[in-house]
Amino acid sequence: MSTFLIRRVAAIVPTLLFVSILIFGLQQLLPGDPAMVLAGEERDPAVIAHLRETMHLDQPFPVRYLYWLRGVVHGDLGESLRMQQPVGALIAAKLPVTLELACIAIVIALAIGIPAGVVSAVRRGTAWDYGANVVALWGLSTPNFWLGIMLILLFSVTLGWLPASGYVSPFENWRANLASMIMPAFVLGNAIAAVLMRHTRSAMLQVLSSDYVRTARAKGARERDVVLKHALRNALIPIITLGALEFGTLLSGAVLTEQVFTIPGFGKLIVDAVFNRDYAVVQGVVLFTATAYIMLNLVADIAYAVVNPRIRVQ
Amino acid sequence: MPKRMHQAMLIVACLLALIASANAQTLRIGLAEDPDVLDPTLARSFVGRIVFASLCDKLFDIDEKLAIVPQLAESYQWSSDSKALTIKVRAGVTFHDGEKLDAAAVKYSLERHKTMAGSNRRGELAPLASVDVVDPMTVRLNLSAPFSPLLAQLADRAGMIVSPKAAQAAGDKFGARPVCAGPFQFTERVAQDRIVLERYANYWNKGTIHFDRVVFLPIPDSTVRLANLRSGQLDFIERLAASDVPQLKSDARFGITKITEIGYQGITINVGKSDLAQKNPLGRDPRVREAFELALDREGIVQVAMDGEADVGNQWVAPNNTFYAKNVPIPARNLARAKQLLQEAGVPNASFTLMTPTTADAQRIAQVVQAMAREAGFDVKIQSTEFATSLDLADKGQFDAYVLAWSGRADPDGNIYSFDACKQPLNYAGYCKPGVDDLLNRSRSTRDVDERRQLFSELAAIALKDRPIVYLFHRHWLWAYTSKLEGLRAVPDGLVRVNGLRFK
Repeated sequence: MSTFLIRRVAAIVPTLLFVSILIFGLQQLLPGDPAMVLAGEERDPAVIAHLRETMHLDQPFPVRYLYWLRGVVHGDLGESLRMQQPVGALIAAKLPVTLELACIAIVIALAIGIPAGVVSAVRRGTAWDYGANVVALWGLSTPNFWLGIMLILLFSVTLGWLPASGYVSPFENWRANLASMIMPAFVLGNAIAAVLMRHTRSAMLQVLSSDYVRTARAKGARERDVVLKHALRNALIPIITLGALEFGTLLSGAVLTEQVFTIPGFGKLIVDAVFNRDYAVVQGVVLFTATAYIMLNLVADIAYAVVNPRIRVQ
Repeated sequence: MPKRMHQAMLIVACLLALIASANAQTLRIGLAEDPDVLDPTLARSFVGRIVFASLCDKLFDIDEKLAIVPQLAESYQWSSDSKALTIKVRAGVTFHDGEKLDAAAVKYSLERHKTMAGSNRRGELAPLASVDVVDPMTVRLNLSAPFSPLLAQLADRAGMIVSPKAAQAAGDKFGARPVCAGPFQFTERVAQDRIVLERYANYWNKGTIHFDRVVFLPIPDSTVRLANLRSGQLDFIERLAASDVPQLKSDARFGITKITEIGYQGITINVGKSDLAQKNPLGRDPRVREAFELALDREGIVQVAMDGEADVGNQWVAPNNTFYAKNVPIPARNLARAKQLLQEAGVPNASFTLMTPTTADAQRIAQVVQAMAREAGFDVKIQSTEFATSLDLADKGQFDAYVLAWSGRADPDGNIYSFDACKQPLNYAGYCKPGVDDLLNRSRSTRDVDERRQLFSELAAIALKDRPIVYLFHRHWLWAYTSKLEGLRAVPDGLVRVNGLRFK
């Protein structure tokens, strides 16, 4: 096991190095001169020259990369030239916001998607089934930004129940935090709920027609127990995998929703950084995300190895 | 008895505190973008200037009619050769850290603008050779040559005075916690979320300040910004979408203010920036450029692309500006003449690419221009390009024509010099004519308004005929706010002055 672990951890180093070269290299392919964008309206040549020097843009590509890598190795992801803040601090400030949003969204998705899928499968061909399918179709086909603006107009402008946008930390005021999160989380969760509903429905239909379910019914088990204890438990396995995948997507895919609701999260940070050619922020955020994925992959590999000893030998 | 007295006093104190907190008034302003660094020396964005208007007072300010008025300066006097400006600094002004604002502080700030690495003010103060402290409350600005736009420059970020003590301590991190001498002091900033300013108790003009706190919230989407105003979470929003004006106008709960900008919207034509200029009839032949301008119906462009929320124009300043050259009025659309000019130039179906940033306004303008020019025979291909990329292409001269806006400066020099003088940083057209440079430099060296007006008229007669830029219109700054708000001053630079602003 220890040899396996050492091998896997050692493999991370070249992977991360390759990823870092890829991130840095791809960023250089972005058209537009970052110094020119950051120099603002006046575009004073002296300011542009100063920014080029600060960003090492006057150096060849390998030298620039090594400057950056040296910082990364020392735990310094650089500084946002536009906001004058360390990239590490920006990530630390924005990531919890997006994580919270993603968590609430996935809870909403699960709370809507699974019961709707179960009801749709159990009451197949009835009005419940058609109703759930219509809702799912609506959830899948509704653009996030449109739904977001409609919710704002209804709950903020017309009814005045919820704030139209913005973010309040839960440590500052948890009620206000929930009020600011519920609409964007619903917008994000709504689309995932539709996917979950469709998958739950098909998984449930498959399980409900299996032999052991028929046996359970023949034994005289109550229909409620058959559905919830026998069928749903088995049907849930692919749903959980799907939910986990969707959660991963949420972390990087909440960009539009964060933009509409002005949530200062991870998505908004990287989008603004790309448009402003704030290289240090783009590199830092992408490297952080890539590292997180690699680490999660490692954890999964280790988990497989623990569960299945044959993997360690291979 | 003394104990009861003590309790009663305590209750009264609590009640007073409660009343005070109930009266604590906050002004919440929705911004269209997140400002960049809040250091007057390094700052570059328009939206940052809106925050500075509450945070950092300047030596001078401009009023509703673009006249220069003293702010931190009490009075000023030019030397007879116009090469020195003596400023008497306002007495009794302190910075937010309690330090005194005096002549030494003014000298420090101006020199910081001139020498700090990465300063965006260096170009604005280029003719400033040195600053002398004449006495504790008087400074003299020595210029290398007469420079009439100086007062206008000092009425913007170049005239903002920062606390030397705080600036020295913070170095290039000053923008993270700026210390100035404005009505509000910096409290907190959460990037992309909010900027919070608290009232400065010792502000020199505190009688004009009626809020305890100002909160700036960047909300890029104009629909969401408006929704925040309508749901009562914002008191004021800048840059209301033109299409939302009719809807809001009919609602008595809100007010709208329209201000014609000091900037302009135009189409820059590559007339000499690169070899491309000679390869394209538009860049090569002034007759083709004239035909292009004659094909445009500016009023139509404003109606279709801007929902009528702009004033048509054909110069770097709006027609109501004192420096507008009346000798070159807005040309009417004349398709017959346009077609004739194209025939004369030998290109009846002149073709060129119109590069445009991906903003909604710019896209609409490009589409309307394309349709209008087609009627004269032009074949215009629209090239939508992300802003940073378009800027890069423009700088390299990789374009035929480019839809570009300028936010404008109080003095006309700020709208023309860097665009039309040879080899200037914003001269994307690649326009260069010694006669034009001469007129521009002469307009800088005289402070006589009539003389400057004459020089700008001569300049207009040349530059507007050569057409490195075809000016289209001047947008309206659209402000929307709760009707409870009063005391708004519509200054053409589009910045919100908090002085005098209050809830009814």
